[in-house]
Amino acid sequence: MSLIENLRHSRRAAIVATLLLGVLLAVLPFLVGSGLGNSWLRILDFALIYIMLALGLNIVVGFAGLLDLGYIAFYAVGAYLYALLASPHFGLHLPVWLIIPAGAALSGLFGVLLGAPTLRLRGDYLAIVTLGFGEIVRIFLNNLNAPVNITNGPQGISGIDPLRLGAVSLAKPIDLLGLTIPSLHAYYYLFLGLALLIVFITIRLENSRIGRAWVAIREDEIAAKACGINTRNIKLLAFAMGASFGGVAGGLFAGFQAFVSPESFSLMESVMVLCMVVLGGMGNIPGVILGGVLLTILPEVFRHSAGPVQQALFGRVLLDPEALRMLLFGLALIVVMLYRPAGIWPSTTRRREFKGDASARATA
Amino acid sequence: MYADAAFFSLALMDIFIQQIINGLVLGSIYALVALGYTMVYGIMGLINFAHGEVVMIGAMVALAVIRMLLDSGLPGIVIVLIGLAAAVLACMAVGFTIERVAYRPLRHAPRLAPLITAIGVSIVLQNLAMLVWGRNYHAFPPILPSSEHEVLGATITSIQIAIILIAALMMLGLMLLIHRTRLGRAMRATAENPSIAQLMGVDINRIISLTFIIGSALAAVAGLMVSANYSIAHYYMGFTLGLKAFTAAVLGGIGNIAGAMLGGILLGLIESLGAGYIGDLTGGYFGSNYQDVFAFFVLIGVLVFRPSGLIGEKVSERA
Amino acid sequence: MRERLLEAKGVAKHFGGVKALCDVSLSIQQGEIYGLIGPNGAGKTTFFNVLTGLYHPDGGELIFAGERLEASAPHKVAQRGIARTFQNIRLFANMSAMENVMVGRHVRTHAGVIGAVLHNRATCAEEAAIRARAEALLHYVGVADRANELAKNLSYGDQRRLEIARALATDPKLLALDEPAAGMNGTETAQLRVLIEGIRKDGVTVLLIEHDVKLVMGLCDRVAVLDYGAKICEDVPGVVQKDPRVIEAYLGGAVA
Repeated sequence: MSLIENLRHSRRAAIVATLLLGVLLAVLPFLVGSGLGNSWLRILDFALIYIMLALGLNIVVGFAGLLDLGYIAFYAVGAYLYALLASPHFGLHLPVWLIIPAGAALSGLFGVLLGAPTLRLRGDYLAIVTLGFGEIVRIFLNNLNAPVNITNGPQGISGIDPLRLGAVSLAKPIDLLGLTIPSLHAYYYLFLGLALLIVFITIRLENSRIGRAWVAIREDEIAAKACGINTRNIKLLAFAMGASFGGVAGGLFAGFQAFVSPESFSLMESVMVLCMVVLGGMGNIPGVILGGVLLTILPEVFRHSAGPVQQALFGRVLLDPEALRMLLFGLALIVVMLYRPAGIWPSTTRRREFKGDASARATA
Repeated sequence: MYADAAFFSLALMDIFIQQIINGLVLGSIYALVALGYTMVYGIMGLINFAHGEVVMIGAMVALAVIRMLLDSGLPGIVIVLIGLAAAVLACMAVGFTIERVAYRPLRHAPRLAPLITAIGVSIVLQNLAMLVWGRNYHAFPPILPSSEHEVLGATITSIQIAIILIAALMMLGLMLLIHRTRLGRAMRATAENPSIAQLMGVDINRIISLTFIIGSALAAVAGLMVSANYSIAHYYMGFTLGLKAFTAAVLGGIGNIAGAMLGGILLGLIESLGAGYIGDLTGGYFGSNYQDVFAFFVLIGVLVFRPSGLIGEKVSERA
Repeated sequence: MRERLLEAKGVAKHFGGVKALCDVSLSIQQGEIYGLIGPNGAGKTTFFNVLTGLYHPDGGELIFAGERLEASAPHKVAQRGIARTFQNIRLFANMSAMENVMVGRHVRTHAGVIGAVLHNRATCAEEAAIRARAEALLHYVGVADRANELAKNLSYGDQRRLEIARALATDPKLLALDEPAAGMNGTETAQLRVLIEGIRKDGVTVLLIEHDVKLVMGLCDRVAVLDYGAKICEDVPGVVQKDPRVIEAYLGGAVA
C-alpha cells in the first residue's frame, strides 16, 4: 500500500502528517531565504503561481480529458488585465481586490469563447486548435500597439503596481506585531494561501456531481450524454473554471513581477504547464502539485549549475546552458512518457488504467 | 479620379500576379511537408508534432554541407545537390529514429502519451540544432544561378521555378509510388486497417518505418527549398512552418495524399494573397505582421466547420 | 387498453445512399417488454440511435408519453425518461462500478459548482442520496460485491449488468437494451431474464434488441421485426415466429 493509502487508513497518522506539513510550509520561506538566498525564495514564490496554473489546467486536462495546448492564453489575459488596470500605461491604479476577480471573470469568459468552437473535437485535433488559439492571443498581444496602443507590443508593460493588501504594499517589508516580514516572504504567504484555496476548491470539485460528470465525459462522451449529461455545458464549465484559475494566477504574476510581455506567454509555457499536469500525475492533485514544484525548481537548479559545472569540468562553458536545459527537458518528456506514462505520482486508479493498457500491449 | 482608380487596380493586379507566384512557391513547400504529416496520420492516427523540426534539420544539414564545400571549386549546382543528398540522408535517419524510439513503444498507449513524446522530440531537435549550429541566422550562399524572369508584370526567379517544378515532380513520384507499386499498396492497406493488413502478410512495422523515412526525405527537400528561397536558415524555423504545413494537411483532408498537396498549394495562396492585401483591406489596421494568424484561423475554421477537409472522407462514430 | 408510451411514425434514416431505416412505424405500450429483432444490419441499433437522439432522423416522428421527441440532444432524451445500454458496452472504464451508477443519477440531480465547493446542506443530502441509490441499484443487478472495482476489470456479464444499473439510475420510463444477452451463457441469460422481468414489474417499460430467440420469445409481450431498414412484422412472438416474411428474412428464402 502506498504512503497515502496508509495515511488514509490511520486517522491519527494523517493528522500528524498534516500538522508537520503545515509547520514546514509555514517556515519554508525563512529556511529558503536564509539558507539559499533571496533568488531562490523568488523561485519558490513563482512555484506557487505555477502550482495554481497546473491545478487549473488539471481541471481541463486531468478531469475532463480536454487536451488544451493553449492554456497560457488565460494566464496572459489575467496578467495583461492587471497590467492595464494597475500601471502607468493607462494611468489607472485600481485595487487588487477588484482586478483579480475581474481577471478571473474575464479569463473565464475567454475560456468559454475559446472552448466553444472546440466542443466537437477530440484528442489531437483539440490540442492543435487550442494551440492555435494560444498562439493567436500571443500574436495579438505582440501587435496591438498600432494604430491604438493597447498592449505596448513586444516591449510589454512595466512599472505595474505591486500587490497590495488594503493599504499595505507587498513590495516593501511589512511590520506586523513587532516583526518585520520581508516582501518575498509576504508574497509567499499570500500565494500559499491562494494556492491552498485552489487546492481546496479542486478537491471539492473532484468529488462532486460535476467532477464525476467531467470524468464521465473523459471516459466516454456518448455514454455520458446517455446519462443525461449536457456535455456541451459541462465541457464549457471545465474550460471556464480552468481558465479562471489561470486568470487569477496571471494577475498575481503581473503584480509580483511588475512587468509583463508577450514573451512570457509562449507555446513553451503552455507545454510546461501541461507537462506539470501530465508528468506529475494527471488528475491526481498531489501529483500535479509535485509536477508544478519539480518543473519550476529543477530547471532553475539546472540553470544555476550548468555554467559552473561546465566551467569546473572543461574550464569554460562549452554548451549554451539554456539550450542544454531545454534539451534535457525534452529528453525527460520522452523518457517519462516511455517508462511512466501515468506520471510520476498518478492516482491509484490512473496507475491501474495504464497497467491495464500495458497488459493489452503485451497481448497485442 | 478614374485614372486613380485604374492605377490602383493596376497596382492591385501587379500584386495579384506576384502574390500568386509567391503563393505557388510557398504552397509547393507546404505541400511537401504536409505530405509527411498526412502519411503518418493516415497510417498511425498520430500527429507527428516533430515533423517541422525534421524540415529544419534538413535545411541546417544541407547548409552546413554546402558551406563546407564552398571552396572546393565544384559548380554551384553540384554543391547544392551534395548538400541535398546529405540532408535527405540525415532526415531519413532522424525520422526513422524518432519512430523507433519515441513512437513505436507507445503505439497502444492512450492518445496523450505519444503527443507529449512528440513535443519532447520536437524540443530535443530544436535545441540540438541550437547547440550544434548556434542561435544565429545562417545565410544561404548565393551559388545557385539566380536569374529573374517576367511573368504578366511580376517577377519569378529561377530558384522559384525550380522549387515549383521539383515539388511537382516529387509529388508525382509519390503518387506513382502509392498507387502503382506493391509498396504503395501495402501502405494503403496499413492505413486502412493495420490488423487485417498484418493478416495479409504485410510487415506493418516496416511499412510504418518506411512511411516515416519517405516523409522525412520530402521534409529534407522542403527544408533546402525554404532556405534557398528565403536565403536563411535558423534553428527555430521548423515550428511555424510545421504548424502551417499541418494546417495544409488538415485543409486538404488529413490522411489523404492528394488532399495534402491541394491543401498545401491552397494555403500558400491564401497566405500570400492575404499578406499582400491585408493592409489595403483593413485600412492599415492590420499589417502583414499578422500573416501567421491566417494559417491559424484557417486551421481552426477547417477543424470546426469541416473537419474532414476538402477531399477527406467523413468519419462518423457508430454507437 | 394500456397507454401508448412510445410511438414511432414513419421514421427514416439514411447514410449517403444507404437507407438504414425506411418508414418504420411501431408503438410500445406502457408496461410492455417489447422486442426488436431482425438479421444483422437490419437497422435495429440505428433505430435506437435515432430514438435516443444520437442520430437526426431524415423523416417521420417519434412521440413519447404523448409529446413529440424533438430530434434533440441525447441528454434531453434521458431527461424525458428514455435510458439505454449499448451494443458494445459503453461503461466509464476507469471509474468504479459505484461511480458509474452515480453518474447515472446526474440527470435527476442538480448540484453545481457552488454546491460542490461549499458543501451546503442541500448538496450533502443530495450526494448521500446519490450514493444510497447507487448502492441499491448495484444490489438490484447483482454487482454489489464489486462496487469499488474499476468497471473495466469486471467480468463481461458483470459489465453488462452494471450498464443496466447505470441506465436504471436515470429513473427512466423506457429502458432500451441493445443486445444485453450477447456473449452470455445459458445461466447468465436466465438471470438476465429474471432481472428484466423484475424491471418491468417495478414499472419500467422495456424495449429490447436481441438475437437470442429463446430469450425474446419467452420474455417479450410483442415483437417487431426489421429487415433492410423496414418493419416487416409486428405482433406477439408466437405469430411472428411463423410469419413467412420473417422466416425468409432470416433464412434468405422461402421454406418449403
